[in-house]
Amino acid sequence: MSSAWRVTTAVGLFAVAVVGIIFAVLGLLSQPPTVDFTAGHSAGQPVDVTLQTVGSYGSGDHPTWVSYLTESPQGQWVHTTLWQLPAHTRVNMTIYNYDSGSPLRNQQIGQVTGTIGHVALLNGKPVRVINSNAGNGVGHTFSIPTLGINVPLYGNNGNANLCAAAPCTVSSPHQIFKFSFTTPGPGQYPWQCFVPCGLGFLFGNGGPMQTIGYMDGFMKVSA
Amino acid sequence: MSETDAGSTASVSDPPATSQSQAETHHWWRLIAIWVVLSAILDPLFYFLAGPHIPPGKMTTTAGGAQFDFNVLLVIALPVLLAIWIFMIYAIVMWRASRGGPEPEGGETARGNTSVQLGWILTTTVIVLFLAGFGTYALVQPNGAGGGQGSSPIWTPTSKTVLPVQVIGQQWKFTYRYPTFGGFETTELVIPDNTTIAFHVTSLDVIHSFWAYQLGVKADANPAYDNVAFTTTSQMGTFIVRCSELCGIWHGAMYNSGVVVTPTQFESWATATEKRLATNTKLLPPFAYTYVPDANGADGGYYPDNIDPYSPVETYGAPQPGQGKGSGSGK
Amino acid sequence: MAIETTQPGGIEYPGEEAPTPLQPVSRRSEWLRPHAGWAIVGGVVGYLIGHWLGNVIASGYINVQGSGQNDVATVLGLSLGVAGFLTGIGALNYPLAKMIGREPPPAVPEHNWVRYFRMTEDHKVVGLQYTVGVLLFLFTGGLLAMAIRTELLSPSSHVFGPGIYIALVGEHGTIMMMMASSAVVGPLGNWLVPLMIGTRRMAYPRVEAFSFWIFLAGYGVILTALFFGGFPTGWTGYAPLQTQASGGMDSYLVGFAVIGIGMICAGFNLAATIINYRAPGMTWSRVPIFVWAVLATTALLTLATPTLVVAGLFGVLDRTAETAFFVNEHGGSNFLWENLFWFFGHPEVYIMALPGFGIVMEIMPVFTRKPLFAYKVAAAGMLGVALLSFFVWQHHIFQSGINPDMRPLFMLTTELISIPTGFLFLVALGTLWKAKIRFDTPMLFCLGMLFNFLIGGVTGVFLSDVPVNVTVHGSFFVMAHFHYTIMGGLIFALFAGLYFWIPKMTGKTMNKRLSKWHFWTFFTFFNLTFFPLFLVGILGQPRRVFEYAANLQTLNDISTISAYCLGASFFFFIINFIWSIYLIPHDAPDNPWDSRGLEWQTPTPVPWFNFEHIPVVLSDPYHYGEPDAPPVADLGRVLVSAGGAPAEAVGHGDVSPPGDGGDLDPRPPIL
Repeated sequence: MSSAWRVTTAVGLFAVAVVGIIFAVLGLLSQPPTVDFTAGHSAGQPVDVTLQTVGSYGSGDHPTWVSYLTESPQGQWVHTTLWQLPAHTRVNMTIYNYDSGSPLRNQQIGQVTGTIGHVALLNGKPVRVINSNAGNGVGHTFSIPTLGINVPLYGNNGNANLCAAAPCTVSSPHQIFKFSFTTPGPGQYPWQCFVPCGLGFLFGNGGPMQTIGYMDGFMKVSA
Repeated sequence: MSETDAGSTASVSDPPATSQSQAETHHWWRLIAIWVVLSAILDPLFYFLAGPHIPPGKMTTTAGGAQFDFNVLLVIALPVLLAIWIFMIYAIVMWRASRGGPEPEGGETARGNTSVQLGWILTTTVIVLFLAGFGTYALVQPNGAGGGQGSSPIWTPTSKTVLPVQVIGQQWKFTYRYPTFGGFETTELVIPDNTTIAFHVTSLDVIHSFWAYQLGVKADANPAYDNVAFTTTSQMGTFIVRCSELCGIWHGAMYNSGVVVTPTQFESWATATEKRLATNTKLLPPFAYTYVPDANGADGGYYPDNIDPYSPVETYGAPQPGQGKGSGSGK
Repeated sequence: MAIETTQPGGIEYPGEEAPTPLQPVSRRSEWLRPHAGWAIVGGVVGYLIGHWLGNVIASGYINVQGSGQNDVATVLGLSLGVAGFLTGIGALNYPLAKMIGREPPPAVPEHNWVRYFRMTEDHKVVGLQYTVGVLLFLFTGGLLAMAIRTELLSPSSHVFGPGIYIALVGEHGTIMMMMASSAVVGPLGNWLVPLMIGTRRMAYPRVEAFSFWIFLAGYGVILTALFFGGFPTGWTGYAPLQTQASGGMDSYLVGFAVIGIGMICAGFNLAATIINYRAPGMTWSRVPIFVWAVLATTALLTLATPTLVVAGLFGVLDRTAETAFFVNEHGGSNFLWENLFWFFGHPEVYIMALPGFGIVMEIMPVFTRKPLFAYKVAAAGMLGVALLSFFVWQHHIFQSGINPDMRPLFMLTTELISIPTGFLFLVALGTLWKAKIRFDTPMLFCLGMLFNFLIGGVTGVFLSDVPVNVTVHGSFFVMAHFHYTIMGGLIFALFAGLYFWIPKMTGKTMNKRLSKWHFWTFFTFFNLTFFPLFLVGILGQPRRVFEYAANLQTLNDISTISAYCLGASFFFFIINFIWSIYLIPHDAPDNPWDSRGLEWQTPTPVPWFNFEHIPVVLSDPYHYGEPDAPPVADLGRVLVSAGGAPAEAVGHGDVSPPGDGGDLDPRPPIL
């Protein structure tokens, strides 16, 4: 083999390796989009965040997975759990739960904690504890463990004609939760659902429960 | 064990004297001198300057025990490290080829030396047996040294007033139950000073590990298994609790802090919390050392006892709405 | 009485004349014969068939419908993919031919580059294949390590996020463990052992080649984990998180089991070769110390690894057939996985460490120009380590809630194992005593290995002490400890071995300056990367976390930046390797280090048949410092083949003591 041929093959293999690595890194870095609530926000004003939960996303890579969705300030439902929020600001949260519920593995998460007034409004009525063994049970929770925030989301009747493809509209059975909290200083705060709702996974905690964009996300607080 | 003792036990591990020639005795004494001086300086320096600050501190008896144990190990380890490093550096400096010097001698003397080999084996054996003995003492004496002893601990505290605290690991947080206060369950970990605590660590799903760093306590949380760890608090303050067994996506975020307060403060906190959480405590399963919730979880559907259409009663053994009783069926 | 002179495939070279290898029998076209390309085709086809089969079987399962994740299809796809890969490389041709009563064609030497992409019966080709394979694993794992350290640059902002991060951690750990279990035994063990013991062939050359190709298949399988969403358990794969995990876990279980099968094969072949194929005169007291290390390792490979394969099978069954080996709530036990895994996992640690010891002890006499000190203690020590390593596994699960009364026992056995491990230092220090040390790159790596491994060993004693273990278990302290033993020990030894033997293996000389640059950057940044992590560990940072305490950022950042430099230091090796071996090669002399090892007495490049005549070994290879020492072996001796005629010495009279032939071991002919 001539040395030109050697150099060519060496450089060629090197290029292939570099392209492969870049491709892999880009694949690993891909994340759901971040919904920005800071744009156009004036200091001191509360931020309104609206979420919905759906029992099965209905399309995409994982159509059977349960998921959260976020409504962007422009009113679009975005399949993401990443938000950008201003620091030290009151967040008025509204969550539409379109999923059914069940008894909790640990009723400890049936309590409302960490919100302003330690209370959440379920369809307009204040609740502090939801008995997951009664009624429709709890479908999901909205929890930011580092801030001590936990809001159990009362479920819909599992026998009703539930929404099975996101984004759901209020024509489907739903429960509306409203509560408020204040964002802390800058940083990234994980939030998640604590109800083991990953259908088909042992203990219900696999799949969507361990994937950013479904039942896990980050609240990115900027100064 | 004092530093000089540690020093003398390790000294035999020093360079082999292969013959009685003048030059060899020369190398031998020089090495020992360097080693003794450095060990005698560094050991006390470490023990008295760094030793008291070695984690996990002195917040509990087990933490203090672990700190002392760590210091003892380091005081023994330092001379061993020094002996070998000094020898290597000495060899590199003195016997490098570029320095000239005589050709090395081969033959039987260079291939082994019974007394050096025996000395090495004996020394390492003595150190190792001492460490194993000392480690066993340091393990047994403070009731298992804060490690999880499983469901039937054998090194139990003699104190009559042991406060049981149940630690429940779940994906992905710890909650704590206080059986002596009506079994309320909370995310706050508050314990009294000067009290022996029995942590009953269990899990509702995968393996977690309860690591109360400053308390010197670590016990894995296994599903449906009670893992007991003892410690006795001796200082007040806050401490960090982290999960130290990989448990899924939020393993790194599975932490919170606890606090050691005076017994009176603890008493008032506990009674107040018991009252505050009474509504929810009634909904919890009765206190038990292990809980065996259905492995399917809510909507889990992994094992085939799931039926279609989904029913919480069938999959979960949960009582019908209105019948009371909790979700996790206490054993 | 017959002396083994057979070639791979049963070809014999009797008499005085030099063996002339057979020319390839003209058969099918080169491209139609099995090679790596067909293996890849076979792998893909196998995967597709398995995936389809899995969908037929399991797509109606309730859990598959609920999760949208069909583990049966993934497992069958990967298993049949491996089977297809092995079929494509031709691993089944020989057994199938035998099965249908045909005599397979004899192995013929190939001299073109295609042989490196084939299943071959030449242990030297397999050794080089393993070298490239192991380096591929190492660099893949190293890139993942860079990603891990990148995520840990900041305590709270995230580059990859927690899900990808633990997938990277698991992938890095598993790839590195797979690599390390073959890192030395694969490349150097396979390449060197026959030359060191004076044989022309391995005992089971097809099993040996199979072990390499299944090792490579394991690489493909474990890489697929990233496409199936990674696995969240780290390399330890603790159940029941394992049972819960997404599809990447199947790649882990199948991949580890596949690698395990390769390790068992490699172990059996090397053990049989070392025990049965030693040259005349190669008595147990003359066997090079590296061969002792490999022999001790093969005991672990063959006895410990089956546990891993079985544990992997249990895990696969839990995930596909919904058995419950590891799920407490359904009658299994999560301790079962921990015990099975570590019953393999701790011997695995010595599978990685022992060959490294062997290399260091083998190389040091060459550069100190002195005999190996305390040879018998060293050999006995390694066998002792191998034996004791089966009795220490529970020290990995001290805090798990196992019976507490076992704790003092496992603390004792763990600390006892440091006695035979310490013999490495007895031997090394004794060999350095009054030596004349040449600091060539292999020697530098040996000294670096001794420095690192000492830190790794001493911190291991801290970990074995249960009260200290309460604090350091599961923290970065453990992580730093085993990186000091595996990377600081084994990988340093691997590079010592590569720099030492590459002139013989490839016939080319590595660039000295680049080699030394590699050592110094590698050594410096290795220590700068991992030493801070001991502190990070005792300051309370658990392993495998993506968030950590803000006050630990400085130490973590020192480690990360050093890790980047550490990664960059490998470029010195890669550039040197490609440059010196491939682009601008310089032929190496037969014995550049002036070693007495039998492998260095062969011409470079080493002929296909290794030795023109089976050597008669006259002494062990450590007679340095003796001006009138006899040569290590009589290479000119001509022996009659296995036909039955007695061995006849016509050697170079001055080196072959008369009557030596009578001392030879009688050996049965190898069929």
